[in-house]
Amino acid sequence: MLISEQKPLEEILSYLEGEKSVFLVGCKGCAEGWNSGGEKQVAEMKNTLQEKGKTVPGSVVVDMLCDKALTTLKLRAHKQEIAAADSILVLTDGAGIQTVAEAVDKVVHPGCNTLSAGGAHAEWKEAERCLECGDCVLEFTGGLCPIARCSKLLLNGPCGGSQDGKCEVDPSIPCVWQQIVDHLTKLGRLDKLDKLVAPKKWSVSLTAGPPVKRLS
Amino acid sequence: MKTKSNLEKVLESKIFAVTGELGPPQSADPEVIRRKAKILKGHVDAFNVTDGQTAVVRMASWAACLIAREEGLDPIVQMTCRDRNRIALQMDILGIAAMGINNMLCLTGDHQKFGNHPSAKGVYDLDSIQLIGMVKGMRDEKKFQCGEEMPVEPHIFIGAAANPFADPFEFRAARLAKKAAAGADFVQTQIVYNVDKFAEWMKMVRDRGLHEKIKILAGVAPIKSVGAARYMKTRVPGMDVPDGVVTRLQGVPKEQVSKEGIKLCIDIINQVREIEGVAGIHLMAIEWEEAVPEIVEAAGLSPRPRLGV
Repeated sequence: MLISEQKPLEEILSYLEGEKSVFLVGCKGCAEGWNSGGEKQVAEMKNTLQEKGKTVPGSVVVDMLCDKALTTLKLRAHKQEIAAADSILVLTDGAGIQTVAEAVDKVVHPGCNTLSAGGAHAEWKEAERCLECGDCVLEFTGGLCPIARCSKLLLNGPCGGSQDGKCEVDPSIPCVWQQIVDHLTKLGRLDKLDKLVAPKKWSVSLTAGPPVKRLS
Repeated sequence: MKTKSNLEKVLESKIFAVTGELGPPQSADPEVIRRKAKILKGHVDAFNVTDGQTAVVRMASWAACLIAREEGLDPIVQMTCRDRNRIALQMDILGIAAMGINNMLCLTGDHQKFGNHPSAKGVYDLDSIQLIGMVKGMRDEKKFQCGEEMPVEPHIFIGAAANPFADPFEFRAARLAKKAAAGADFVQTQIVYNVDKFAEWMKMVRDRGLHEKIKILAGVAPIKSVGAARYMKTRVPGMDVPDGVVTRLQGVPKEQVSKEGIKLCIDIINQVREIEGVAGIHLMAIEWEEAVPEIVEAAGLSPRPRLGV
């Protein structure tokens, strides 16, 4: 069970600046259990965004968003609505957000922070995806997580050791910053990397912050 | 002038700058530093003192800087994010500024896996670009990273590193733009052996007008042996050593290889000097400091200007 909570509305709105329409995605698994992105929260977010002047051409709540095959299938049914949107706002944990980012060629905004995996893994087991760092940065990195997948946790990467798509630390590790640059190039949104990403709030991370009993 | 840095004075005077590099010892012996500093003195405008390069434990950069400065040189302290969080970084920045060190190179740092303590916990609280921004905020706004103000700010000439040869190549100029935007005053590049690729990168840099925002020092280094050239070519990530470099060194008798390596370095200096926007060189004769005076002189960069530190 991945435990997530919604990011502050102001932060979400800052991600949507300059965009008119946004497609919403939620999850009936963990996010519904933690009231961060189930049916109810997706409906509420739709109303809130419309009140703020945004258009929401559609939304979908997937049973298990971190199940890549299922998510790809479900999103395919909303192809036209997604095409009509400027971006996708995903209300769930880091694993689910990254599943959507990989499944669709569209800018994906994280709507939640992932506080803890509560000892469990997401369905997407092929690689480490989310390190429960509590202050989700996927907005700045094309929906791929450098906290989980960059050896130096760079937020303004890539470093000088990226070669042929591999990490200098171990050639069996793909350089996530190469993947980030490739993904945003494909979307025509490399400009997203012009932003200087500020020092991260580690205080809310499970490993660097105070030992909080998030399950209680 | 933002600082009392000799390097800043040289660069602001539009003089083609020369920086050197000094590696501290894996011991508490100050004499190693004094010996290396004496060799460099008079031949460089400033010199870097590495901060646990390749993640091997050595004397702290700031301490070696203070020893070397007694020899009358302008040190550039290197500071990595690998070993310090934002609290430690800011404390060290205040300390070095209070001790009169004027230059700092902001680095993320070589990963701990490459060093002699591979099971160490890497810190990486900030990355190099965030470190640059933090130093600039301290210097220009008198603010700590948390936003609190300080009465006396550190006057630091801010440096950064850039690797024009790493992937993704198309993004490398954009990354330099981020370092410039964050507040870096000068940048030293990875060692240039592939001059054509470096020139291509410089064109992308000029297209963005970055050469007017940040002083660019091209990294150069003499190669001592064919083996060293091969090692850099095949084993060091982010290094680009063209075949021509290896064959040139192979083409001379064994006892002349190091001489040829120096000649090659001088040739590269002359070539990068012709590229628009290159403001100087960063000469890295690591564990071969004796080669520095000869190279600087033969490249026509001697004597160094005396602008008064």
